[in-house]
Amino acid sequence: MAKRAAIVGTGQTHHRSIRRDVNGQELINEAVTRALADAELTIDDIDGVVIGNMDHFEGINYVDCWSIDGSGGYLKPTIKLTTGGTTGATVAIAGYHLVASGMFEKLLVIGWEKNSESDTTGAIITCSDPVIDRVVFAGAVAGLALEAQAYMHRYGATPKDAARVSVRDRRHACNNPYAHLRQEITVEEVLNSPILSDPLRLHDMCPRTDGACAVIYASEDVAEKITPKPAWVLATANRHMYSDFTDVLDVSSLHSMVGASRELWQKLNIREPLKEVDVIELYQPYSWAGIIWIEDMGLCPKGEGPRLLWDGVTDMGGELPINPSGGVIATNPIGATGLIRCAETVLQIQGKAEARQVPDVKLGVATGFGGCFWTDMIAFGSKKPN
Amino acid sequence: MGDFWSDAEAIIHESCIKVPYSWQAGETASYFLTQLRDEGKIWGKKCPCCKKVLVPPRKSCPFCFVATDQWTEVSDEGVVESFTVVRRDTIIQPKKAPFAYALIRLDGADTGLVHVLGEVEPEAVREGMRVKAVLADDRKGSLLDIAHFKPVGS
Amino acid sequence: MDRVAIVGIGQTKHAACRKEVSYAELVYEAVTLALKDAGIGISEIDNIVTTSNDFWDGRTISCMATGDVSGGYDKNISCVEGDGTFGAFYGLTRILSGSYGTTLVTAYSKGSESVSSLITNAAFDPIYMRCLGLDMVSACALQARRYLSRYGISEEDCALVSVKNHGNALDNPNAQLGMKLTVKDVMNSRMIASPLKLYDISPISDGACAIVLAREDRARKITDKPVWVKGVSFCADAYLLGDRDLSECRALEKAAGAAYKMAGIRNLKKEIDLAEIYDAFSYQELLWTEGLGFCEKGEGGKLIADGATAKDGDIPVNPSGGLLGAHPVIAAGLIRIAEAALQIRGDAGAMQIKKDVRNALAHGVNGVCGQSHCVWILGQN
Repeated sequence: MAKRAAIVGTGQTHHRSIRRDVNGQELINEAVTRALADAELTIDDIDGVVIGNMDHFEGINYVDCWSIDGSGGYLKPTIKLTTGGTTGATVAIAGYHLVASGMFEKLLVIGWEKNSESDTTGAIITCSDPVIDRVVFAGAVAGLALEAQAYMHRYGATPKDAARVSVRDRRHACNNPYAHLRQEITVEEVLNSPILSDPLRLHDMCPRTDGACAVIYASEDVAEKITPKPAWVLATANRHMYSDFTDVLDVSSLHSMVGASRELWQKLNIREPLKEVDVIELYQPYSWAGIIWIEDMGLCPKGEGPRLLWDGVTDMGGELPINPSGGVIATNPIGATGLIRCAETVLQIQGKAEARQVPDVKLGVATGFGGCFWTDMIAFGSKKPN
Repeated sequence: MGDFWSDAEAIIHESCIKVPYSWQAGETASYFLTQLRDEGKIWGKKCPCCKKVLVPPRKSCPFCFVATDQWTEVSDEGVVESFTVVRRDTIIQPKKAPFAYALIRLDGADTGLVHVLGEVEPEAVREGMRVKAVLADDRKGSLLDIAHFKPVGS
Repeated sequence: MDRVAIVGIGQTKHAACRKEVSYAELVYEAVTLALKDAGIGISEIDNIVTTSNDFWDGRTISCMATGDVSGGYDKNISCVEGDGTFGAFYGLTRILSGSYGTTLVTAYSKGSESVSSLITNAAFDPIYMRCLGLDMVSACALQARRYLSRYGISEEDCALVSVKNHGNALDNPNAQLGMKLTVKDVMNSRMIASPLKLYDISPISDGACAIVLAREDRARKITDKPVWVKGVSFCADAYLLGDRDLSECRALEKAAGAAYKMAGIRNLKKEIDLAEIYDAFSYQELLWTEGLGFCEKGEGGKLIADGATAKDGDIPVNPSGGLLGAHPVIAAGLIRIAEAALQIRGDAGAMQIKKDVRNALAHGVNGVCGQSHCVWILGQN
């Protein structure tokens, strides 16, 4: 019989632009040790490990095997998943299925990246098809810039609207002791920062970060014995369509978000997500995503995202706070980024988010973004599902 | 479909992934590698739980999942536990074939270290053979600061 | 727990170089065959798990190319990096979790497009070991020597595996290297890294495999010959070669023990009729048969010398020819599942063994020198 599953413990490193004092295995070890301590478990309690990152950012093949030295996976089942930027959310969804299948009771899920060890863009451009796309069009910034241009053209938004998103997340990050970039910035500073790919400027984009995140899943048989407040997985949905960036024609909206969120709300029986969801940790690699993708998610009609931002609806204290942690604009160890969204949502549900706590969170949603404009979504709740 | 292919020329697109890396060794490996480079010494780290001396040293014990806490110098001599004589060249091997790789247990270590053998005819390599580290002249803070292991007494 | 069955199987022809197709097109070929075998359309696939490896593909997020060709458009889909047996495991749990009724699992490799020694060298950690220039072949040579010496197994015993599996591959229409060899041929083949000679080493192939898994109610509607998943488990050993006794395979013992327990297997010899295992090198078939408990430790050489693992033996191993017959790297374990399932269905053609196959074992490996193993027990009932 399928089991209900919850996250019962989380651990993160203090995310930094570069962690010279540890190698990758040791970085993983820090997050795992903290997750175990948070759940008051030992490695002997764990019956399996799921791990994810992006291979070419560190240049290590068979990371599942290599990671054993840091993860504590010695003589345990270990499985690796990788789906690009979505990896962290992908491993979280995998953790859910593995525990819900009844084959694991307590499972460790790890996402990590040491982006300082390579040329991030040099590695990412190799995701494009080597014969077609790679020769003409590649790289994360260029693709996102196209989306922003298309959206501006269609809905009349301005770079100032997008800057408001960066300002929000950087302000939120000041409340998060684990965040990488913890200084506030202003709209003017965003608009005056160096241009990368029109209309995107430096402060519109996420940084690259060294960091790891680990969470512990438990089945319904033990979750409530481990913590009084498990964060139950209520539903998951994802869309990884398209093989090449040139497959996506209308880029003024994120098709994968439209498809995945529609499925997620249906599974949750939600009609008005803006009213019914208490907090969202959005994998938002650049400012415009904080406008375009929340529309695609159905928080408001297309074109009305900027109004939500300027009205403070998504700020701390607003109707639906987005990224109380400071999000991806403040912290981006890529393979961990999606899992950090989950861990932060779990902290909100457990009431353990301290200075970044949103009051009384019963339902939170974490997302992942990556690959060829892909989306992963996972909903956590305080109430055990039926 | 078959007709299509018979008329088409097979295009082979040659390419290469070029990504520069700067791997950070971390504090534990950095100590090991600088000691090897500067002092010619080989250090292991002991697990407080299983008491194994791990060479090369790890910050945490892979078997017990606890922090290792005691630096322990091990001998530059040990025993060949297994070996292979490589007969084909690849672009990554540090020596031209034929040469031997060996899994060596250094005196004082509880784990094995893989390295290359030198100053020995490949045909003469045996398991159980005692070998000693020969330091490279030009040392850079890598495991290749040991140029190779040679038979003891040679 | 719900019961899950394999209801569709497809694999491409495996070859040294399939230059007429890209790796994505290889996957499409296998998926099309698996759906045809199941007699269903892509609309009956509820979700997809692909398996890939960015290093072998020379592409970051290489699963970008294999989602759409696996029918993943507008569906829930994920990607496991590693051997296909691990991908299939995740696909299985996505059904057991109650989330989906069917999972399509795909795996592929186009080894012809890259340099295997460079790719497997990247499995060694960059801080300590990578500079030594080891690759899969030289590292496994160290394991072979240690295993052979510890138990007094001869190189001729290993050669028997090569003779058997290359011979069996002659009956496999998808295999790359069917050959009629003698022990002498293997012993006289070119030394690559002692004690491994050319014919002890599996080739690197281009090929893909796909299977369809289905929950019992869906399986019964799709086919009257479901192959049931009875037990499955996986396990990883320590990382550095020097941290392990390479003549042992504790991770395999643990994975196999858990899979047998789940399947309710008590008497291996009586209950397992056939095994498809990961013979990337001839010695590995012997070592893995010990780890799987087909014989005592150190008896792997005797097992093959006695003919027990031959096609007409007590426990036939790799009647398909195994990896020595064809080795598309990431797909190799999924192909073992496919071949074991075909034997259970009685659809293995010239490869079909004589006795009735009630239960069969399939096995996959991740990492160097068998660091991580996945074991599947499949059955008729």
